[in-house]
Amino acid sequence: MKSFTYERATSPAEAAASVMRVPGAKFIAGGTNLLDLMKLQVETPTHLVDVNGLDLDTIEPTEDGGLRIGALVRNTDLAADLRVRRGYGVLSRALLSGASGQLRNKATTAGNLLQRTRCPYFYDTAQPCNKRQPGSGCSAIGGISRQLSVVGASEACIATHPGDMAVAMRVLDANVETVNDKGDTRRIPIAEFHRLPGGTPQIETSLQPGELITAVTLPKPVAGMHVYRKVRDRASYAFALISIAGIVQRDGTGRIAVGGVAPKPWRDEAAEAELPKGAKIATERLFAGAKPTHDNAYKLKLTERALGAVLSEARA
Amino acid sequence: MKFDTPAGRNPIDQLKVVGRATDRIDGPFKTTGTANYAYDWHDPQSKAVYGFVVGATIAKGRIEAMALDEARAARGVLAIVTADNAGPLDKGKLNAAKLLGGPEVEHYHQAIALVVAETFEQARSAAALIRVDYAETKGEFDLAAVKDTGKPEKLAGAPSDTFIGDFSGAFASAPVQLDATYTTPDQAHAMMEPHASIASWDGDALTVWTSNQMIAWGTRDLALTLGIPKEKVRLVSPFVGGGFGGKLFLRAEAVLAALGARATKRPVKVALTRPLSFNNTVHRPATIQRIRLGATPDGTITAIGHESWSGNLPGGKPEAAVQQTRLLYAGANRMTQTRLAMLDLPEGNSMRAPGEAPGLMVLEIAMDEMAEKLGLDPVEFRIRNDTQVDPEKPERRFSQRSLIECLRKGAARFGWDKRIVKPGQVRDGRWLVGMGVAAAFRNNMNVKSGARVRLDGQGVVTVETDMTDIGTGSYTIIGQTAAEMMGLSLDRVVVRLGDSAYPVSSGSGGQFGANSSTSGVYAACIKLREAVARALGFNSEDAVFEDGRVRSGNRSVPLAEAGKAGDIVAEDTIEFGGDFSKTYQQSTFGAHFVEVGVDVSTAEIRVRRMLAVCAAGRILNPKSARSQVIGGMTMGVGAALMEELAVDTRRGFFVNHDLAGYEVPVHADIPHQDVVFLDETDPISSPMKAKGVGELGICGVSAAVANAVYNATGIRVRDYPLTLDKLLDRMPDAA
Repeated sequence: MKSFTYERATSPAEAAASVMRVPGAKFIAGGTNLLDLMKLQVETPTHLVDVNGLDLDTIEPTEDGGLRIGALVRNTDLAADLRVRRGYGVLSRALLSGASGQLRNKATTAGNLLQRTRCPYFYDTAQPCNKRQPGSGCSAIGGISRQLSVVGASEACIATHPGDMAVAMRVLDANVETVNDKGDTRRIPIAEFHRLPGGTPQIETSLQPGELITAVTLPKPVAGMHVYRKVRDRASYAFALISIAGIVQRDGTGRIAVGGVAPKPWRDEAAEAELPKGAKIATERLFAGAKPTHDNAYKLKLTERALGAVLSEARA
Repeated sequence: MKFDTPAGRNPIDQLKVVGRATDRIDGPFKTTGTANYAYDWHDPQSKAVYGFVVGATIAKGRIEAMALDEARAARGVLAIVTADNAGPLDKGKLNAAKLLGGPEVEHYHQAIALVVAETFEQARSAAALIRVDYAETKGEFDLAAVKDTGKPEKLAGAPSDTFIGDFSGAFASAPVQLDATYTTPDQAHAMMEPHASIASWDGDALTVWTSNQMIAWGTRDLALTLGIPKEKVRLVSPFVGGGFGGKLFLRAEAVLAALGARATKRPVKVALTRPLSFNNTVHRPATIQRIRLGATPDGTITAIGHESWSGNLPGGKPEAAVQQTRLLYAGANRMTQTRLAMLDLPEGNSMRAPGEAPGLMVLEIAMDEMAEKLGLDPVEFRIRNDTQVDPEKPERRFSQRSLIECLRKGAARFGWDKRIVKPGQVRDGRWLVGMGVAAAFRNNMNVKSGARVRLDGQGVVTVETDMTDIGTGSYTIIGQTAAEMMGLSLDRVVVRLGDSAYPVSSGSGGQFGANSSTSGVYAACIKLREAVARALGFNSEDAVFEDGRVRSGNRSVPLAEAGKAGDIVAEDTIEFGGDFSKTYQQSTFGAHFVEVGVDVSTAEIRVRRMLAVCAAGRILNPKSARSQVIGGMTMGVGAALMEELAVDTRRGFFVNHDLAGYEVPVHADIPHQDVVFLDETDPISSPMKAKGVGELGICGVSAAVANAVYNATGIRVRDYPLTLDKLLDRMPDAA
């Protein structure tokens, strides 16, 4: 870990201003991912702006019947919120399938969106990694890639977004609300929030430097069967090999987003239109242009079969 | 005491303390945080400073240059130890690669420097400032690619090749044949407590608080490595937070702590970080194994052949995966072959039940496959090929062998008769359900073991031995043994372990610790009883030790009386000798039964029920023995379903080098575990009539899981671990 300075922010705009002011500064909230990465020197912030004291930890109804989730709402609290459990079951289930109880107690809504990949080469600072050290190369291509992306990746990076919550947020059409150092706010649709790696895998989101997430808003609830099906090698406390967040109707229509297959939660409205034709056709469409490795090609079939199970459960 | 005739009736047979389910006596220390593990020690007189290990970031080659200036100038840094400035260092007898590398690099994350600073954070931060230029050379990292270069290699005391009868002829002419090749991956011990040591010099004498299973080996190898007399080294390791074989040996952190302490003249603490542990230390090496079985249609094995290939660094050993195949089943024509290829991965070495664990992972799938070919129930097939003698040397009987009883009792208890033979027939909601069985086998080794016992004027007996408790329950069974021998309750016994100042014991490994170390305590207590009887004026033959008193005829005296005039101390070492090995084979046996569910859509495998029936001589403490067995079963599930060190064969290292990447079972993976011990005693094994049991728990479990998966799905996977990607293409239509 490199030495860093530390301050507690007193307002969102001031927090953003602090991060803008100090080169190499970062926000810290729950720290469940950032601190681990700092110990390994994968992340080396010079200055931490602690946002935990900001008044961003409430869940409130919005005018259009949805919810505004404060950036600092802890995963445990969000999953347990009655309004979330009633109207957004997919989100509650996704949260509870992630990490452990202890981590969920610390992890925040905004921090969860920003968690970084679990690609093992990203974690080993001795290995080339374009995400960690742009231009150094990608060790995962041609290496151990069983967990990594099958679609949306690039020649520069095949890392996956590892989260569960974001996959549910994607299927719920959430919006990310931010503020910058000048106090300007904006709403970023979740679909545009995470970026594909292209030639710059180190840039993972559409956030501008210093821009701070203040809330995530959900539109009004969508009826249907809310499901989060997470497939993994052990029963708990593991990242998804693949996961499916879905809101599916009895007639087989619905929306789905897939986790563990791409650098971002993977959703394709054209594939959703094919859902009534069954899992095989919908999955083929979803993975159009997929370039799996030898190690992770199984994810295509796995997604198809898991989706098949989700669809038959909805019809039952 | 020489143990060279079968044990007759002795005080242990009273079973007033021994053999009773007993809470561990060190439990309160552990649950209240007052058990000092290696990294917890601190000397208020001399505050320790911190060392941080720098690992090589190539797998093979040379260090051309190390730029240390920036790190040296960093805040708090006291010293940087490298091969350049450490002085001459030898290598421990039990180490394949050097524990401080440089200029030669022998494997990834081999230690090449220790940065010592006032705080841990300073040491870690400075370590990252060291720049190393390497000249990398090509290494071999892919076992499958180098397999055929493998050379015959002796196993501990056993030949690399064994032939009995005419294997080739018998196999070729067998009416029913199986010829299959299987693989097991590299696995990590992944114990909770990392390797950790604190070293402190007093003049030329070194004390190291460490986490080590084998105090005497560690003391010897540390002295050897540093080039100082063994008498000048003291190791202290009273609590070990898991080892599983990974702490059998002197490792880098202990050597580096000693060198760091020498350089700074301060006590130095060093713990390996988790990401460094996987490539810096040792692991269970991967194997490729071929099994050939020939049988007559009635299920009599006529030919049994087992070949195993593994790789290691120069000086490393092969994995003894064929070991059990020489002894487990009958069959007139037999062969085993062990081949060792050179690999430049980190050193492969012992991990829980080395040999049998990976050997049975394979052999017991093969037995299941053969049973199916024969149309025989897999329990019956095993029973049909039981042997009560060493199949290679029929003049040697098994001292005890209750494999058949384990299988029969287990089958009845598990409801094996409900198993549908045809695979893929049982459905419970989204789960395809299947049952599997495997035999468990692990040799019983006895190792010379010493202890010192002291009776004081309060009637308290203190036991001192360098035996370790690696979470196994050694403290408790040693206390139980002394209490039984001296006629005391357990709370009148104090047990001190894990210090090289105490008599040399068996140490903990190879499931030999419990039986061997308690036998050493037995021997010392026999001497103490004699001394006490003398002191109290009894004829030691007639003296009865019970309820805190010594009695003979009408006279009865409190035991404490004997210590009133000063402590009475006795010391002895049990030595296992005689001709037992010529006439007897000592092994432990068991049967594992497993029920799994396989998700019909995703092929996720989850264990639903598990049972182990174990025959392992007298069970000294059923509570801690059960704990050992369920731990082994859990590890067996890990080996079956998820554990694999992923080798990057381009760069030569284990990529998933943390506990997020190297998955072991979590609570949600493990269902209720049922364990049954057969009530038996083995007078050939020791005066305790006990045997090892801790490793029997893992032996065969993984194959029982794999066989259950086959029964559930009809899919036979021969490459561990059985992750869902290996099943998906063959899964039946989910609809």
